Amino acid sequence: MTDPLIRMKDIEKHFGSVIALAGVSVDIHAGECHCLLGDNGAGKSTFIKTLSGVHHPTRGEILFGGRPMHFADPRDAIAAGIATVHQHLAMIPLMSVSRNFFMGNEPVKRIGPFAFFDHDRANRITMAEMEKMGIVLRGPDQAVGTLSGGERQTVAIARAVHFGARVLILDEPTSALGVRQTANVLATIDKVRKQGVAVVFITHNVRHAMAVGDRFTVLNRGRTYGTAARGEITPEELQDMMAGGQELATLESSLGSTV
Amino acid sequence: MSDTPQVVQDERVKRISPFRRALIRPELGGIVGTVAVFVFFGLFAYDSGMFNSQGVMNWSVVSAQFMIIAVGACLLMIAGEFDLSVGSMIGFAGMMIAIFGVTMGWPIWIAILVTFALCLGIGALNGFIVVRTGLPSFIVTLAFLFILRGFTIFLPQVIERKTIIGGIGEAAEGDWLAALFGGKILGGLFRWLGEIGAIETFSRGTRQGEPVVDGIPMLIVWALGLVLVGQILLTRTRFGNWIFAAGGDAESARNSGVPVNRVKILMFMFSAFCATVFATSQVMEFGSAGADRGLLKEFEAIIAVVIGGALLTGGYGSVIGAALGALIFGVVQQGLFFAGVESSLFRVFLGVILLFAVILNTYIRRIITGER
Ligand SMILES: Nc1ncnc2c1ncn2[C@@H]1O[C@H](COP(=O)(O)OP(=O)(O)OP(=O)(O)O)[C@@H](O)[C@H]1O
Ligand SMILES: [Mg+2]
Repeated sequence: MTDPLIRMKDIEKHFGSVIALAGVSVDIHAGECHCLLGDNGAGKSTFIKTLSGVHHPTRGEILFGGRPMHFADPRDAIAAGIATVHQHLAMIPLMSVSRNFFMGNEPVKRIGPFAFFDHDRANRITMAEMEKMGIVLRGPDQAVGTLSGGERQTVAIARAVHFGARVLILDEPTSALGVRQTANVLATIDKVRKQGVAVVFITHNVRHAMAVGDRFTVLNRGRTYGTAARGEITPEELQDMMAGGQELATLESSLGSTV
Repeated sequence: MSDTPQVVQDERVKRISPFRRALIRPELGGIVGTVAVFVFFGLFAYDSGMFNSQGVMNWSVVSAQFMIIAVGACLLMIAGEFDLSVGSMIGFAGMMIAIFGVTMGWPIWIAILVTFALCLGIGALNGFIVVRTGLPSFIVTLAFLFILRGFTIFLPQVIERKTIIGGIGEAAEGDWLAALFGGKILGGLFRWLGEIGAIETFSRGTRQGEPVVDGIPMLIVWALGLVLVGQILLTRTRFGNWIFAAGGDAESARNSGVPVNRVKILMFMFSAFCATVFATSQVMEFGSAGADRGLLKEFEAIIAVVIGGALLTGGYGSVIGAALGALIFGVVQQGLFFAGVESSLFRVFLGVILLFAVILNTYIRRIITGER
């Protein structure tokens, strides 16, 4: 097996006296979809935020392509090709769809010594990317505040897919989506994975996880139950573990090998 | 959008009337206000001298002063912060130029450059404290309002035993940098206009035959330049997008890779820069620096920005709008003077128009964000 693209070792994250993560290790491979599952408050969002540069881990190490990685802020992570759809989307309601789409990564065109925001290009790409996701926008200058929750989520996903050259992190991306859009997102995950992108997919829906996941890691109260590869675990077992580990005893055997 | 590829027309959109489309522009209030103000004074004060060359120059200069600080306040407000220390900064910057240039006898251009560096540093400190502590900029800059005003009164008293330092006019004689703030341009054009009779000329005295208005003050050039640069920066550059994003939602902007802290600190510095431009022009015009200069300017700047359509909560606004807000200010303040109206009524006007502008802006925001 190839070396993982990202190796997160014993990640701990403390918020004051709260221990959100108490030592979580996960390997993420290029061309695979890694599903992160677990109860509310298990620490999934906190975990991916240490990977996307939002949080600095209190303890632990992140290796990216074999080398230690220290992101000062999300800008560094994005520059390294790691794009994230946060649970809270990171969209600005008063700004237009295309301004949101390119926020932090604006395309520029040079006129003499000056660099200007290339609005035409931004608008064109935004409309095209949104159409790929199955949403027809009224216009690229529509304010995000006027979009529905699902439309907003789709913009965030389309944006991350566009910028996530190496790693795509999706934190509950389908929570507000309709049937067609959800299918679209799952198909997109499958597509970018085949292009060699590493995908981290957080969801509460086992069927969605089973549909696209190559590996499954279940978090519970800041710790991991371990990682299982596709075929090593049934949907029913996964479901039980996500519920907080009832019947844990019977499940540990199937996971234990990879812990 | 003409260049968007084969966009399927959305059947769920009602045609938006051009009127409503115009309504959801931040400049709307400024445009309507400007027209209203000119119509009003055109009807009621046309023969007061307000619209002859001297009168026009009079309110243009006052408007330009407002514009200079409004541009700084506008970009800062869109980035989600306030600067209440602008007025004190104006007094402080002017006093420092006087102390460096007159009391200490440095060449004026050095005095001006050192003052700019000092004030930009204070602006950066304002911003740094705000982004580091997460305190509201309202409080942090309120502290600097007092700190800077205190020094502006204290320093000249200790050094010169008075609160006004004069003699800047003589010290600045022939100085290249001082001319950039206190000089005038297009003198030749105005002389020619006077000769062909397009504008009034002095009919008596030592300056007989010379035009009453003999050039465009650099103050106006600065104002228009700052408005132009501000507008382009905000709407046409990557940094402009960061300004909107930082003020719209700092957390989301940060998570999307916008260097929010840098943007905010730079905008505090820009606000300080505008205040210092104002102060430098003012001391060059008056030939002196006074400890009470710039009083209440921060509020006037903020009101101009709000009339110009910016939201107090950040993330939305327009530099052109703020410039129109400043124009309304200048025209009304001087117009009331020309019309012989008691000047205290200007404050009543300010309060009323501020209230209207805020209500209009809130309404516009609801339309944009679709909230009810
Ligand atoms: N900034 C913070 N400050 C303090 N505590 C935090 C912070 N962020 C997260 N936590 C705590 O860390 C724990 C894990 O939160 P996290 O958001 O990672 O959960 P999650 O697994 O994403 O849950 P959900 O499924 O509801 O999204 C929670 O108990 C939460 O209260
Ligand atoms: Mg979460």
